[in-house]
Amino acid sequence: MLDVLKIRLHQGRRYIPDLKKAAVSPMFRGMPEITADKAGDDFTADKICPSGAITREPLSIDMGKCHFCGDCVRACKNNEIKFTNFHKLSSDSGEKLVIKAGMTPEAFEKDAVFCRTEIKKTFGRSLKLRQVSAGGCNGCEMELNACSNVNFDMGRYGIDFAASPRHADGLVITGPVTENMAYALEDTYRATPEPKIIIAAGTCAISGGMFAGSPAIDRKFFEKHKVDLYIPGCPIHPLTFISGVMKFLGI
Amino acid sequence: MFKTIRNQKAVALKEIPELPFQQLRPEILALCGSGKRVVGFFGVKEENAIRVYTVLADDDEASILLASSVFDAGASYPCLTQEALQFAAFERELWEETGLIPEGHPWLKPVRYGHDRHDRAQTMESYPFYKMKGEQVHEVAVGPVHAGIIEPGHFRFMCAGEKIEHLEIQPGYQHRGVEALFLKAGKTYMPQLAESIAGDTTVGHSMAYCSLVESLSGTMVSRRANVIRAIGLELERAAVHTGDLAAISNDIAYLPGNSVFGDNRTTIINTSLLICGSRFGRGLIRPGGAAFDIGPDTAKQVVRNVDRAFSRIEEMCEKMFTSASVLSRLQHTGTVTHETAARAGLTGLAARASGVKIDVRADHPTGAYNNFTVRKQTMADGDVFARAYLRYMEIRQAVSLVKEMADNLPHGPLLEKTQQLLPSMMAVSMVEGWRGGIAHIGITGADGAMKRIKIKDPSFNNWIGLALAVRNNGISDFPLCNKSFDLSYCGNDL
Repeated sequence: MLDVLKIRLHQGRRYIPDLKKAAVSPMFRGMPEITADKAGDDFTADKICPSGAITREPLSIDMGKCHFCGDCVRACKNNEIKFTNFHKLSSDSGEKLVIKAGMTPEAFEKDAVFCRTEIKKTFGRSLKLRQVSAGGCNGCEMELNACSNVNFDMGRYGIDFAASPRHADGLVITGPVTENMAYALEDTYRATPEPKIIIAAGTCAISGGMFAGSPAIDRKFFEKHKVDLYIPGCPIHPLTFISGVMKFLGI
Repeated sequence: MFKTIRNQKAVALKEIPELPFQQLRPEILALCGSGKRVVGFFGVKEENAIRVYTVLADDDEASILLASSVFDAGASYPCLTQEALQFAAFERELWEETGLIPEGHPWLKPVRYGHDRHDRAQTMESYPFYKMKGEQVHEVAVGPVHAGIIEPGHFRFMCAGEKIEHLEIQPGYQHRGVEALFLKAGKTYMPQLAESIAGDTTVGHSMAYCSLVESLSGTMVSRRANVIRAIGLELERAAVHTGDLAAISNDIAYLPGNSVFGDNRTTIINTSLLICGSRFGRGLIRPGGAAFDIGPDTAKQVVRNVDRAFSRIEEMCEKMFTSASVLSRLQHTGTVTHETAARAGLTGLAARASGVKIDVRADHPTGAYNNFTVRKQTMADGDVFARAYLRYMEIRQAVSLVKEMADNLPHGPLLEKTQQLLPSMMAVSMVEGWRGGIAHIGITGADGAMKRIKIKDPSFNNWIGLALAVRNNGISDFPLCNKSFDLSYCGNDL
C-alpha cells in the first residue's frame, strides 16, 4: 500500500488543470491557414490530397475531408497552405468546416459552435454518450478513450461515455460507416431514448474521408439523421473533442 | 520448387515458378512441418483462371519462398488446413475472395464479408455459428457494438455454466475495401491509406507499405530516414504496450496501474507528436524516406521523455507484477500452449508469450534493424501474465532502442524522390509491428501500375489464438484475455 502511494507521489500532478486554456504542441497539425485566394499555376496540392479536401477556386480546405497528413504543405511551393496548432476545430455545420483565405482561428472559434438553449438546459450538467465505431480505424476510438484518462479527465464536466445506448443521451460516431456496420449503427440509434444528439467524430465519420468512394461504405445513416456536432481530426485530439462538446453544452 | 527472395526485395514475376497445385501441396506441407510460416496465400484473377501465390517465410534463413499455381475458376483442391492449421484463415480468405474450394476445410466460412466477395449471397446475418447442444449449454452473443469504446465485432460463446467451451469470433463489420482502394489509386502512392489500415499500427503499416513501393520501384532510402522510421515504430510499440498494460490493469480493477500506465502512454505518444505533429505517427513515413526530421534538440527531448516515462512504468510494473492479487488474476488465465501457438501460426507478441521465438526485426531485418540489434524475447507459459509481462520487457527494449537511435542519428537526406514502379514485379514487405508480423505483398502489372496488393495484419493470424485461449476459462475472464491479445478488427477486415 505504502509503495503504491509512493508511486503515486512520484507521478505528481498529471491532470490538465484548465482544459479551456490548454494548448497542444506547436508541432500539432490543427486548423489550416490559407494565404492565397486562388491557386497559382504551379499549385499541385489538390492533386496529392488523398481525400479531395482542397479546392482551387476559391482556394480552400474542407476540415471535414482533411486527414491532416500535412503532405499538401510540402507540395506548396508558395506556402499557400499552412497548419496552425489551433485545436478547437468543432463546428455545428459542415459548411463552416471549409476554411478559406483570411479565416483566422479567432474568427472560426467565434461562430463555429452555437449553444442551443434546449441543449444547455437538458444536457448542460450531464451528458452521457454511446460510442459507435462504424469502420473507425481505432485511431479516433483510442483518442476518445484518452478523453477520460487521468490527463484529460473529461468526466469532471459531467461528460461521460455510457456502456449502453439505453443509458445514453446521444451517439458519438467514428469511421466512414461500412456497409456491414450500417444496420448496427441504425439499431443503436433506435435504442437511444429521446431526446438525443449525434456527434460525428473524426474525418471519416464527417465525410467518409478517403473511404468516401469505396463500394464497401454505406452512408445512408447521415442522409436520414442530422448531425448536431462535427469534430474534425485524423484522429481527433482529445482536446478537440472535449472543447467542442463543452462549447456545444455552453460550459 | 520455390523462388527464394529476401524481405523487401523485388523479384520479376517470370522468375516465380508456376507448378500444378498437386505437385506444390506436399512441398508446402513439408516446409510447414519444418517450421516455415505462411505469410500469404492469395489469388490474382487472370482470364478465366485464378493464379494462387504461396508465400512462406523461412525465419532461420532470413528468406521468403514464392511459388504460384493456376486454377480454373470454381475449382477445388484438397485443403491444407487439415494438416497445417496455420492455413485456416488464409484458405477461408482465398475461398471468400475467389470461390476456390479447399475441400475438407473444417471451418469454411467467410472471414470478412468483403464487398467484392465471390458469393454475395453469403451475408453476415446468415453466418453459420458453431452450435453445441446439451442441458447445461447456453449461448452468449456479444456485439458488434461493445460496452467500451472499441471497434465492432461479434463474439458467440458456447458455455456450460460459467465455463467457456467454445468461442467463435465473427469479424467483417469493419470492412472498408482498403485493398481495392489502393488499386483505384493506380500509379499514385497512398501512404495515408496505409496509415488507416489500423490506426493503432499507423507506423507499422505505413512502414510496410512505403517499403513495399520502394522495393517495387527501386527507390533507396537514406540511413537517416531509416533510423527515424524505426524510432517511430519503437515509440508506437512502447506506447501501445503501455496503453495495454493500463487496460489490463483496469480489467482487474488495479487502478494505480490504470492511471500510471495511462499517463505515461500519453508522454510517449506526445513524443511522436513532437516529432511529426501526430500522436500516432501519421505523416511521418512516406515513400522515399521520412517526412519529418529529428533535430538535435528534438532528439534530446525524445530521450528525456522516454526516460521519464520508462522510469515510472518500471516502478509500477515491479510493484504490479509482484502483487499477489494481480498475479492470481493473470496467471493460468487464457493459456495458449507453445504447441498450439506454433501449430495455429500465431505471430508477434502473442506467439512469443507462448515461447515461439519469432520477430521480423531479428529474423528478416531491413532498414535500421540491420544496424541496431533486437533481442528476441519470449515467455514460456502463454497465459495473460506472460502476455502482460512480455509487454513490459518489450517496452524496455523499445525504449532503449529509441534512445540508442536518437543518440546515433546518421547523416543523410530525409526524403528521396520515389521512382516509378517497375512493371511485372512482386515484393513482400514484412515489418514487426507492436502486435506482430505485418506483411504487405504487392504485384505490379505490365503497365507499371499496382495490380494487386495483399495486406496481412498480425490480427489475421492471432484471432484464432484468442478463441483457443479462452476455452475452459470463466466467461468473466473474457475481457481480460481479449485485452491481453488486443487484436485489430479493421486490420483483419481491411
